[in-house]
Amino acid sequence: MSLFILKVLPVALAAAAVPVGLSLEAVFGDRQSHPIAMTVVLLSGSIIYPTPGEFLKEGRPQGNPRLERQLDRPLEIMAYQVGAADYADCVSAGGCQPAQETRAIPSKAPVTGVSYLDANAYARWYSEVTGDQWRLPSDEEWAFAAAERFAGEFEGVENDATNPARRWLTSYKAEVDLNRKPDPMPKSRGSFGFNSLGLADFSGNVWEWTSTCYVRTTLAADGSGVASSVDNCGVHVLEGLHRAYMSNFVSDGKSGGCAVGTPPDNLGFRLVRDRSGWASDLLSHLRII
Amino acid sequence: MITRREALFGAAIGAAAVAALPAFSAPVTKADIRGLAREKIKLVAPPFVHPHDQVAKGGPKIVEFTITIEEKPLVIDADGTTLNAMTYNGSIPGPLMVVHQDDYLELTLINPDTNSLAHNIDFHAATGALGGGGLTLINPGEQVTLRFKATRTGTFVYHCAPGGAMIPWHVVSGMSGAIMVLPRDGLRNDKGEPARYDKIFYIGENDFYIPRDEKGNFKSYESAGDGYDDIVKVMRGLIPTHVLFNGKVGSLTGDNAMKAKVGETVLIVHSQANRDTRPHLIGGHGDYVWEQGKFANPPAKDLETWFIRGGSAGSALYTFLQPGVYAYVNHNLIEAVELGATAHFMVEGEWDADLMTQVEAPKPIATN
Repeated sequence: MSLFILKVLPVALAAAAVPVGLSLEAVFGDRQSHPIAMTVVLLSGSIIYPTPGEFLKEGRPQGNPRLERQLDRPLEIMAYQVGAADYADCVSAGGCQPAQETRAIPSKAPVTGVSYLDANAYARWYSEVTGDQWRLPSDEEWAFAAAERFAGEFEGVENDATNPARRWLTSYKAEVDLNRKPDPMPKSRGSFGFNSLGLADFSGNVWEWTSTCYVRTTLAADGSGVASSVDNCGVHVLEGLHRAYMSNFVSDGKSGGCAVGTPPDNLGFRLVRDRSGWASDLLSHLRII
Repeated sequence: MITRREALFGAAIGAAAVAALPAFSAPVTKADIRGLAREKIKLVAPPFVHPHDQVAKGGPKIVEFTITIEEKPLVIDADGTTLNAMTYNGSIPGPLMVVHQDDYLELTLINPDTNSLAHNIDFHAATGALGGGGLTLINPGEQVTLRFKATRTGTFVYHCAPGGAMIPWHVVSGMSGAIMVLPRDGLRNDKGEPARYDKIFYIGENDFYIPRDEKGNFKSYESAGDGYDDIVKVMRGLIPTHVLFNGKVGSLTGDNAMKAKVGETVLIVHSQANRDTRPHLIGGHGDYVWEQGKFANPPAKDLETWFIRGGSAGSALYTFLQPGVYAYVNHNLIEAVELGATAHFMVEGEWDADLMTQVEAPKPIATN
């Protein structure tokens, strides 16, 4: 695996993490009837992060700008991807469309075959039954949570003004050099292990939807910042072994993947919880501890 | 209704009746045949082609090939779908054999006893005996040698044709390939001028018909025979579940992408033993295309897409003018993208800005 193209940046991640399990939920006194998902709270941290989207400067594709980002408030995120059984509850309750998954997947596997629209429908339903605010993470939040599992943008390593094909060819070779075999069958949760923050299954064979729109940005020629940008929120960013951009209605990684290279094996998601009031205050307090 | 056993063995009996004609199986003993030089060729797996001269050196000769039939399960897509494949020499398609006009192609076909079915070979380039199928039917544990004279130039399909319902089943299980009979003085363009290639690639396209279970997932079977009844039902619907180049999704992409350089001339031989197809090189063309595959006819020029009839092999000659990653597809794009019929060329070289330039990069629509 040639890491140089992956921008697995020395992820300068110094986040503190606090696992929040069922026992803590009792403390918070949630009134949900649905078993609450295990979450982890990230209290602080900073990353050097390749911003998603496509960037142009003087008409030429640019590497995605790497910015240092701070986690400026606690981020509570599911320790595992949303499970197939959890999603099935939403379908039974009429809150979600059935996942486009017909294979005999393990009972404890994450849900797969879900689109951005499905993920949002689940977040709405789950918020209702738990009484909390759940939503998809932004791409940046996902990167914080994935920590050293964050891969980021897949891009060509050469940028030759006179020969655009250099970029296409080197990008293609970079993907080939990954030598990644398709690994289509979802596995039981936890099968891809935990990252340094105690979060499971990042960058396994299930890519995760984020709330971040695809955006094309033209950078000012003089380096002074953004000259213009056009959002396309019909396409959202997915994260996993490599970053992907897919139409909101696509639920099959293969059909929505890259024109060239290895497409995502499966599409799934996990959610973050927005705390309010005293719970949020408590978490902020924990940060000080 | 016939049983599977009858289907498997009944067909062999039917074809054996043809094979019993004694005159055709007698050895050819003419002195001019005995006096011919012999050349033994070691075949290579597609998309590559064994080394050969484009212009023949010396007179006609006997070119010897050996092909061993392998029945084996092959994974054909990224989901791990398995085909109980039947193959010539272990690959889908079988290897491309190249000879020159008036050469004799002499094939030794081996059916090891590890196989379970009778097989043969029908060369579309050969004359008589069902293309040789009537003289080559062999059971597991047998081998046979056939010689035929390559009288007509062009690219031609060969395939297994062991009789009756076995014929389409063996073909859609992978048993097809192609031969190329070159004119002795090599290829000619539409004006009769010599046309040479720097590289040759052989792409065999297959339509596969994998049965599904009640949930819509592809089924797998212990053996080819176990899947026979189900597969025939899917075949009769005429809608393939997979349309693939060289037997597998990804066989000609990624690490297996075909490679060329700007300025290089490539001959792409494309066969389809069962079903029509329409190759297209995205961002390129066919400079000279033998759509029907036969070199006695002048090639068509400057084609965007060419039509390969089911049961034939054609070829396209193209000189790459621009670097990049090219997709070579069956331009029924559903078949290319959803069913798998996509290959890639990686072409290195200098960009020709005269041929193409992005005058202005994407930007917000001007509002004034």
